Amino acid sequence: MTRIGGLIRSAGRAGATLLIFALAIFALMELAPGDPMAQVPMTVPDEVRQEMRLALGLGEPAPMRFALWLWQLCVIEPLAGLDAVLGTQLADGKPRILSWQARAPVMEIIAAHLPQTLWVVGLAYAVGVAIALPLGICQAWRQHSVFDRTGTALSMLAYSVPPFLSGVVLIAVFSVWLGWLPSIYDTTHAVRDWSDLWVQARQMILPVAVLAVQTTALIARYTRAAVLENLQMDHVRTARSKGLSEAAVLARHVLRQSMIPVVTVIALGLPQVFGGAVVTEQIFLVNGLGHLLIASIEANDLPVVRTVTFLMAVLIVLANLAADVTCRLLDPRIGAHG
Amino acid sequence: MVEPVAHRSAAVMATVRRPLRRRIGAHRGVIVGGVLFAIICMAVFPGAMLWPIDPTAIDLGNGNAKASLAHPLGTDQLGRDMLARVLAGGRVSIAVGLAAMMVALGVGTVIGVVAGLSRRLDGPLMRLTDLFLSLPLLPLLLVVMMLFREALSEGLGPEAGLFVLIVGAVGITSWMGTARIVRAEVLALKERDFIRAARAMGVSDTRLILRHILPNVASPIMVSASLGIASAILTESALSFLGLGFPPDFPTWGRLVSDAAVYLFDYPGRVFWPGMAISLTVLSVTWMADALGDALDPRRAPPR
Repeated sequence: MTRIGGLIRSAGRAGATLLIFALAIFALMELAPGDPMAQVPMTVPDEVRQEMRLALGLGEPAPMRFALWLWQLCVIEPLAGLDAVLGTQLADGKPRILSWQARAPVMEIIAAHLPQTLWVVGLAYAVGVAIALPLGICQAWRQHSVFDRTGTALSMLAYSVPPFLSGVVLIAVFSVWLGWLPSIYDTTHAVRDWSDLWVQARQMILPVAVLAVQTTALIARYTRAAVLENLQMDHVRTARSKGLSEAAVLARHVLRQSMIPVVTVIALGLPQVFGGAVVTEQIFLVNGLGHLLIASIEANDLPVVRTVTFLMAVLIVLANLAADVTCRLLDPRIGAHG
Repeated sequence: MVEPVAHRSAAVMATVRRPLRRRIGAHRGVIVGGVLFAIICMAVFPGAMLWPIDPTAIDLGNGNAKASLAHPLGTDQLGRDMLARVLAGGRVSIAVGLAAMMVALGVGTVIGVVAGLSRRLDGPLMRLTDLFLSLPLLPLLLVVMMLFREALSEGLGPEAGLFVLIVGAVGITSWMGTARIVRAEVLALKERDFIRAARAMGVSDTRLILRHILPNVASPIMVSASLGIASAILTESALSFLGLGFPPDFPTWGRLVSDAAVYLFDYPGRVFWPGMAISLTVLSVTWMADALGDALDPRRAPPR
């Protein structure tokens, strides 16, 4: 009972985080000096200018616009999403969030960009975690060995090389020099059969590699530290003195405890990966969320900027929530005391 | 009466410091990383003054020159000397890194100490820290850069304004680690006898923090300061690379890499040198922080 209560509490906290973030990002844009109409030529008369402001929805006072934006985000857009899936007409005639630049619903633009980002980021994260966990565990298990030192040096190196440098160098080596892989991600490519899938896989290798290297460096370090700490525990010595094999000691007595901080770090590392994804998408011209964000920042398209940033926060908060649930499953003590 | 006390305190300080120095000595990373970072700083700050060529001097007749004695790293497409540009870029990048680290450290230490000491503010402050930790920071930084760059460049001039903006924005979004570490240390420290004794003697809160608590949390602060420099340099270079950092004619390492990326296959050196400089600086500082953390944490065994 208490565990479910704890879960509800963390979900409530996640909701509050998102609400505060929505308020903060909206307030930031309101407080910022600079006028969305700054791009409009000076020759446009004042009445027309006023009409343009009204057309952009800038006529209302700020709190009203914030409330409208929240209402659109939480009610109208999900309804529109339902319409798109089920073919109903729940959101018909309701005001959706519109992009100033494209004059189309922001969510439709985002829906066109989101899959690429999710694929690249998700795959990179999966690959990174799959490499980092065994790497960190082996490093801690054989502390101070050549393997451990090499691993530590490599992960420090991987952290130090910024993604825009490694991305550019990888393009130079694998696309230009060797000619093995495409340097530009073709977003319009549709996967219909096996050869298409192969093309898709080939164009994903480089961006995923750049992001996965960063993830691996971060998570391997934490895994190593967490496993090291648990290897020094008394119960591990007991397990070894009982005559258990090393594999059994690691698997049964060390890994479960070590995974608790690692799961948290995996979730906390996500903001960094989204940051890396913005840069990586720019290098490989992946037409994803980061690309959309940069493009709309350059075009001063505030509704898109606001919604994309908020959506990234939603993804991160959801990942944190998932990490919280995993930690509760791994460690029954969390939340047991309220 | 005064002299023996001073004498004793010096002797005590020596015995307190010696094992620390020896422990740091046992971790070569602190020395190697620190020396490397010092060399880079020396090359970039006073060294750049010794190099006579102006990084912004355009010499169109001498564009895309190969490495020579006059231009050890060659010149770019406008004939500007690459060595001078890399040095000037480093000056900006490292200055941003150091300044942003100070901001982050200041905010983080204040929040950490207050959260550790005050039972009432602990909860809200840690909520705030968690909130910042779950934000998409780079996108947020990009938004802040977009919204405030015009206003600040008009107010303070294009270079100073953007410097303040970048330092402020990076600092405000990277204090969370410091705050968490400092809070944990303060919580552990609060129950120690010498803090209780100081309280019992009626030491004021300010003095307690300045004289008894801050010196004892200095080592974790040092570690997170080094890591802070590294992450600030990386963030600044990412902003410059995306074109939302300093103005285009103002060289920073990230901007140099982004400008040269187009010419990568013809002139790989132009990407290589500034990129190398970023990586080497970040590597040296991270290495130092890592080894420092090992040296200061008695639970971790020293390397054999």
